[in-house]
Amino acid sequence: MEKQNMSRLFTREIAVQAIKDSFIKLNPSALVRNPVIFIVGIGALMTTVVVILDIYAGNFSSFNFQITLWLWFTVLFANFAEAVAEGRGKAQADSLRKSRTKTKARRLVHNIEEIALATDLKKGDIVICEAGDIIPADGDVIEGIASVDESAITGESAPVIRESGGDRCAVTGGTKVISDRIIIKVTSDPGNTFLDRIIALVEGAKRQKTPNEIALTILLSGLTIIFLLVVVSLPAYFGYSLKASGVPANHNLTLPVLISLLVCLIPTTIGGLLSAIGISGMDRLLRKNVIATSGKAIEAAGDTDVLLLDKTGTITLGNRMATEFIPAEGFTKEQLADAAQLASLADETPEGRSIVILAKEQFNIRGREINPTGTVLIPFTSQTRMSGIDLRPNGQLRSIRKGAADAIKTFIQNNNGFFPEKVEEVINDLSRQGSTPLVVAENNQVLGVVHLKDIVKGGIKQRFAELRKMGIKTVMITGDNPLTAAAIAAEAGVDDFMAEAMPEDKLQRIRDEQANGHLVGMIGDGTNDAPALAQADVGLAMNTGTQAAREAGNMVDLDSNPTKLIEVVETGKQLLMTRGALTTFSIANDVAKYFAIIPAIATLLYITSSGVSPLSVLNIMKLSTPESAILSAVIFNALIIIALIPLALKGVKYRPISATRVLALNMVIYGIGGIIIPFIGIKLIDMLLVSTHMI
Amino acid sequence: MNEAIQLILFMVALAALAPLLGKYMAKVFMGEKHIMKPVFGWFEKSVYRVSGIKSEEEMNWKTYLYGVLLFNLFGFVLLFLLQILQAYLPLNTEKLPNVSWHLAFNTAMSFTTNTNWQSYSGENTLSYMVQMLGLTVQNFVSAATGISVVLALIRGLTRKTTDSLGNFWADMTRSVVYVLLPLAIILTMALVGQGAVQTFSHYVKATTLQGTEQVIPLGPAASQIAIKQLGTNGGGFFNSNSSHPFENPSPFSNFLEMFALIIISASLVFTYGHYAKSKRHARAIFITMYILFAVGIAISLWSEYSHNDVLNVSGGMEGKETRFGVMNSVLWSVTTTVTSNGSVNAMHDSLSPLSGMVSMFNMMLGEIIFGGVGSGLYGIIIFIILTVFIAGLMVGRTPEYLGKKVEAFEMKMAILAVLAPSIVIKLFSAIACSVPAGLSSLNNAGPHGLSEILYAFSSAAGNNGSAFAGLNANTVFYNLMIGFGMLIGRFGVIVPVMAIAGSMAKKKITPVSLGTFKTDNWLFVLLLIGVILIVGGLTFFPPLALGPIVEHLLMNLGVTF
Repeated sequence: MEKQNMSRLFTREIAVQAIKDSFIKLNPSALVRNPVIFIVGIGALMTTVVVILDIYAGNFSSFNFQITLWLWFTVLFANFAEAVAEGRGKAQADSLRKSRTKTKARRLVHNIEEIALATDLKKGDIVICEAGDIIPADGDVIEGIASVDESAITGESAPVIRESGGDRCAVTGGTKVISDRIIIKVTSDPGNTFLDRIIALVEGAKRQKTPNEIALTILLSGLTIIFLLVVVSLPAYFGYSLKASGVPANHNLTLPVLISLLVCLIPTTIGGLLSAIGISGMDRLLRKNVIATSGKAIEAAGDTDVLLLDKTGTITLGNRMATEFIPAEGFTKEQLADAAQLASLADETPEGRSIVILAKEQFNIRGREINPTGTVLIPFTSQTRMSGIDLRPNGQLRSIRKGAADAIKTFIQNNNGFFPEKVEEVINDLSRQGSTPLVVAENNQVLGVVHLKDIVKGGIKQRFAELRKMGIKTVMITGDNPLTAAAIAAEAGVDDFMAEAMPEDKLQRIRDEQANGHLVGMIGDGTNDAPALAQADVGLAMNTGTQAAREAGNMVDLDSNPTKLIEVVETGKQLLMTRGALTTFSIANDVAKYFAIIPAIATLLYITSSGVSPLSVLNIMKLSTPESAILSAVIFNALIIIALIPLALKGVKYRPISATRVLALNMVIYGIGGIIIPFIGIKLIDMLLVSTHMI
Repeated sequence: MNEAIQLILFMVALAALAPLLGKYMAKVFMGEKHIMKPVFGWFEKSVYRVSGIKSEEEMNWKTYLYGVLLFNLFGFVLLFLLQILQAYLPLNTEKLPNVSWHLAFNTAMSFTTNTNWQSYSGENTLSYMVQMLGLTVQNFVSAATGISVVLALIRGLTRKTTDSLGNFWADMTRSVVYVLLPLAIILTMALVGQGAVQTFSHYVKATTLQGTEQVIPLGPAASQIAIKQLGTNGGGFFNSNSSHPFENPSPFSNFLEMFALIIISASLVFTYGHYAKSKRHARAIFITMYILFAVGIAISLWSEYSHNDVLNVSGGMEGKETRFGVMNSVLWSVTTTVTSNGSVNAMHDSLSPLSGMVSMFNMMLGEIIFGGVGSGLYGIIIFIILTVFIAGLMVGRTPEYLGKKVEAFEMKMAILAVLAPSIVIKLFSAIACSVPAGLSSLNNAGPHGLSEILYAFSSAAGNNGSAFAGLNANTVFYNLMIGFGMLIGRFGVIVPVMAIAGSMAKKKITPVSLGTFKTDNWLFVLLLIGVILIVGGLTFFPPLALGPIVEHLLMNLGVTF
């Protein structure tokens, strides 16, 4: 999908559509989902009736009219915030929808090919795709290997390899085969494909309130009820005070004034922005090419305090690399390199390739064509745990092997050779450093050791340090032996590691952590990761992974970049922080609004010989008139929603520091700032209103 | 100078003794060995035997709450019947008539809810029988109810993945036998030593110097005073409460009584710390309360002592306790309103507008600055839950308290618990100042009249029981309104608190990490104070502005009421 520039929050089209939507969202059945804004809507309706009655009675009040206008604006601004957030999602959904396939599929029925509509494909159907075909539905490759362009989904133009069996068998409907031919077994019914679900999610069609959002809505509703009580009980106190002041009952506490007070007090700022925050959280993840299956998953990500990370790909660069040739006594480095390269020529594993490359780099030994006669390639098997080559250059057998130390030892002994002690020392040394020693032997002689090293990703150690500051524990999972694992763990700076881990161990570890009250996040791609992904609180499946893994996790990373889990956690935290910050800001705002409105309505009370009410000392902002004071408060209250839309969409600034420091910082910005800013804002609006004679 | 020393002594003694008593109570309720076990252990056991209580049987929140409600209903009915039938019952030496139904309703509600609002005048209305069997017993058990409820909440917050919150009957029994009774006995002895009366004899008739006949009421006062203070009840034996020389004979007794009314509430905070295995959290709560308390005292003292240029007075003695001075009256007024005690040694009606407002605000906050015995702690825990929720979000995690997630259900219940007293104060006061039945009871005009009404309902909702005495509350209207106000203010909080206890108990505990929102540091103290003041301030600013604030402003202009 098209990656949008983050600096531009929304385009013209989104804005225009959002303005339209703001009016559509005035529909009460939509409005009622947001209790705070719903109350504002009712208030606006009531003042509208007052204005109409005023006109019929022939005493039009400009003040009441302006109040009414701004109350409607308050509702519209809240709707606009939500519409913009949805609009950004919709824009992405549209670009996704374009890639949804309308093509024909080549379905195999009893080995006979027939043409079917992609939308008619059912789970379990078998289809054939060749170069140039668009894959008609989600499925698993059951035969063949092909390169597939997945840019429609991931935005990544480089093609990926999809092959039957193993962990890279899943294909997604809408992607395009660029080479070769594969046979696919469809794994989803029409309308329920991966793409369909993504579209539904980003459009917010299926958006449900998340648990934390529900709890916050309850808090906001509670505050609304409290302030409703304040406003409902006020006329009684006010009536009493008027009588005590000897003022006739015809007073200035009119319905529009009361409704203005109510709207200013209830938390409209956070109420208006709440759903925008939620939608944009999902949207921000999507911009990082991660698709969450629910908002709940993003929240859970923020809560995660243990991350299980696979060593390979996440902490270290894909695979081990040869970094050094250490010859045994009596051999040169070059001899060793030459033999090692020969033994690796047929080895298509990354380790094997890295040996070939290292030999070329260090000694300019080129990969050779191997004379087929008499040459036997010995592939790696789990029984021998060696690979290599048997050559007969001059009729004489050269039997070159490379493999783990104990396997080579057996090989040497079988050939009546002996294993040098010096080499043994080197092996132990390398193991202790966390490297893998690969021993190379020819016939009955040990040539030396290839130093295979796990390359820890650059910057990962600092990333883990940041996570630690945020209180998140990292656990490295690896199949390596404990010694190697410990060394890499130390180098990468993880908090804990699991060595010689089997898939079942992962699941057990998650259960254990959860039993101790932790929330666990993990990454997985293989089918055997599926149970663990499902068990984890946040399961991030790789898009390159199997269908089973993608189904089991609650997020999918389209880039298949395992480091992404860390960003997911950050996005989750940012989402919750934004909610908390705006809630605090919203409540803190009320202080200034009281100081604007209470003196404004109390002007007639207990007037002394000086001609003013003693309560006028509460007018510390020195607002011009009671009307301008109330109107300024209402206008500020409406405009602040608009002003904070960018913050709601982008989220508050995220910093990898401890909870206590984050809290102190946000408290100063949004708590104390929330008290001060409205004093300034209301005063400015008041000055503007007076200078433009709006009041 | 002397007054400053007394004040400092009081504050220091509070901070020094609360942790000790708190630790003792933790031992009592956690079932560990403690010094009172050998003395009163037989009593506890015999209570269980006689009433068939299985003290080890754990209850879930519904069963526990059922016990609380049933027990209190029984207490209410008994007290109501005792009053409306007192003329037929023994120990009625002064042949006092049966109490009117609405006054009996109000008084029964008042004493079961730990409020001790007194629409009646003790010596002229109630027999010794009612005072002892009804009021004194309720003084014990209503306080014990508060302790029990907070114990259930504490267990809910500190246990994990369980239903069981303890045994209500055992908690009640232990509260009375090991905490309230021993302390009451010690205090009674001390007060009798200072000259408080404790007798069953007839009222004494004396001829004054002017030759008129004066009736001097007597009675078993000291024992009731001890528990009225300790249990944050506050209902005096005599109408003028602790400003009566038989209730509060000397400066030392004054000190003791003031100290008694705050010590258990303060200590329970530390008991909580022992349960939660976090003394630092307990200390943070205590410091929060302590700061709010000290600020209240400071504002009140400043307001009372500051010189009014227009009226040319300072340190006004009207309505103060003349024997002990302004400071002791002010300290008592703040102490009795931060705790939900409500006993008085001065007339709050005559406090300066601002110190009157401090008293009122203390009650409006929901009696959480130390607060009632038990109820103060569960009240502030509700505010902690709100604080943790709002501020906790800002650290980027689902808010949690003591490792337990605060979710929609807890939020709903916390809001209900905050709303219940708030509804009483705002709506009931609004009704009272709009209808003739409400207004006709007022003795004072202007903003002071509004303050009197607000004070009455704040006192009822906070289960405090003190009064701005200018209001004639013994009318059908006020007896019923205040009666229901006390009911909502008490059980409208207890029910949601128990629900929170139940749902929190079921949750897992997330271990503390750097990502955890800390509830044991200064930042937390400041946040909690902020939330308490802002929520309280925002809720009650308008009526306070139209009552005491405008009265204060007018007083500075020379207008008094």
